[in-house]
Amino acid sequence: MQRRVIFDNRALPYLLLAPQVAVTLIFFIWPAAQALWQSVHLQDAFGLRSQFVGLENFQAVLSDPNYLETVKTTIVFSASVTLLSLASALGLAVLADAKIRAAAAYKTLLIWPYALAPAVAAVLWMFIFNPDIGILGRALNNLGYAWDYRLNDGQALTMVILAASWKQVSYNFIFFLAGLQAIPRSVLEAASIDGAGAVRRFWTITFPLLSPTTFFLLVVNIVYAFFETFGTIHALTHGGPGKATETLIFRVYQDGVVNHDLGGSSAQSVILMVIVIALTAIQFRFVERKVHYS
Amino acid sequence: MTRDRANPRSGGRLMDMVPHLILMLGVLIFAFPIYVTVIGSTWDAATIGRGNLPLTPGGEMLNNYASAWSESQGNRVMHTPVRIMMWNSLVMALVIALGKIAISIISAYAVAFFRFPLRMVFFWMIFITLMLPVEVRIIPTYEVVANLGLIDSYAGLTIPLIASATATLLFRQFFLTIPDELVEAAKIDGAGALRFFVDVVLPLSRTNIAALFVILFIYGWNQYLWPLLITNSAEMETVVIGITKMIGNGEAATDWNLIMATTVLAMLPPVAVVVLMQRWFVKGLVDSEK
Repeated sequence: MQRRVIFDNRALPYLLLAPQVAVTLIFFIWPAAQALWQSVHLQDAFGLRSQFVGLENFQAVLSDPNYLETVKTTIVFSASVTLLSLASALGLAVLADAKIRAAAAYKTLLIWPYALAPAVAAVLWMFIFNPDIGILGRALNNLGYAWDYRLNDGQALTMVILAASWKQVSYNFIFFLAGLQAIPRSVLEAASIDGAGAVRRFWTITFPLLSPTTFFLLVVNIVYAFFETFGTIHALTHGGPGKATETLIFRVYQDGVVNHDLGGSSAQSVILMVIVIALTAIQFRFVERKVHYS
Repeated sequence: MTRDRANPRSGGRLMDMVPHLILMLGVLIFAFPIYVTVIGSTWDAATIGRGNLPLTPGGEMLNNYASAWSESQGNRVMHTPVRIMMWNSLVMALVIALGKIAISIISAYAVAFFRFPLRMVFFWMIFITLMLPVEVRIIPTYEVVANLGLIDSYAGLTIPLIASATATLLFRQFFLTIPDELVEAAKIDGAGALRFFVDVVLPLSRTNIAALFVILFIYGWNQYLWPLLITNSAEMETVVIGITKMIGNGEAATDWNLIMATTVLAMLPPVAVVVLMQRWFVKGLVDSEK
């Protein structure tokens, strides 16, 4: 893809690209290469010498039962956050879209949580569900339900899932509403005249026409749940109790920063990079196909 | 609501209200935690610590905000004054947002308006950065920044996050739609590439720049893992990190009033940007993710 009419200048384009390329080389390519290098090396305790160990770091990581437990937590966490925030956003968007006159007002009232940091969302949830000071946390205990997400594994995981989903709904809502408003009214009216009820219209027309949006959001939400929720977990549970809310990215931080295990942490980073690249590749293949047919 | 739906005789008008009720419930679920936090910031620490926070405002609002804003010593914990942390967050958000826009718009201009050796190599190199969120390469990037001596500096906080594939792709996409006639006319008038950029391309890009500014400002303000690693001194702390440091391990006896006031202050700038610039924000979000 290239414009037909262009400017002639030898040096200028390189000068214009220089800052972006410099930052990319120094802070993206170099660290990524270093992560790859470290992931196949073993450093001694003082960080003075390192030895090539092939795939040993990966072997160690992947055969560590703790790591596999973290993988399981990450899958449960990401699947729950993705499903919960997508489903509630779609529901709200469909309702707001049907109320044409009020849609703009609801949009304003529902999109601002996008501005909150994941860690801030976690703190807000803590103010409410903390068993000592939180209004609902105390209410649960007063009703006889032993609620303390700081001690109970399942409750801790529920808390981080709810706080992470809560923050993501507004983002999904914006995209679903934009997608819904792009569907021609005439198609829905035609189906309505043919006698299709609201539910049937949704599943046979609206939902299939929304599928590019849904698919795009699916990938974005998985990436969000994998990486950006570090703040949510760090602010709310620190990965605990025990390792109950430790996700893959939290463990990279834990092993690399807190435990200074560079080889293991790098091997984990490389695994995460592979996951992200795979997700992005899937997404772009899909987008290409969409462009092709439209 | 479910009762309304279950009763077939409640009639069309009531049925019509159900979507509104569900939407209002949604609005309430998003607003309630904020409401509680704002109320909490107007009471004293002891009231909150006992777990009896009323749902109406108390009288400590001015004290709490003044103390959080400028003092470093609460009743129970030390903290960096919010004034300093907000400044750090603001510098970080502005440098990241404006830096990303500046760097991306000129590189997109190079890729779209010139033909030169290695053009596609550079394009793909920028594209790859899209795939590597900072969290994935966090430890090696930290080492690079440490080796360059940039720990605890604004440069270390911002420059590693300043390359943006998303913004570059968005600007390139937009530049490809600028009509050839416009470029030819400029060339006939004797305008060079830089003149054309300043006089034509920049003014045409205004909406795109505003839209990107909103999402990138929020991206910068809300950074967590990166500032957590890069800042050690209290003087460099950002406000989002500051909140979780003040909470510590979340014991009942802490300065909840100050923490809540800080949380409200930390939310204000990004929420204001989203609400005031809503039109550009929605456009920027939907366009940049295409």
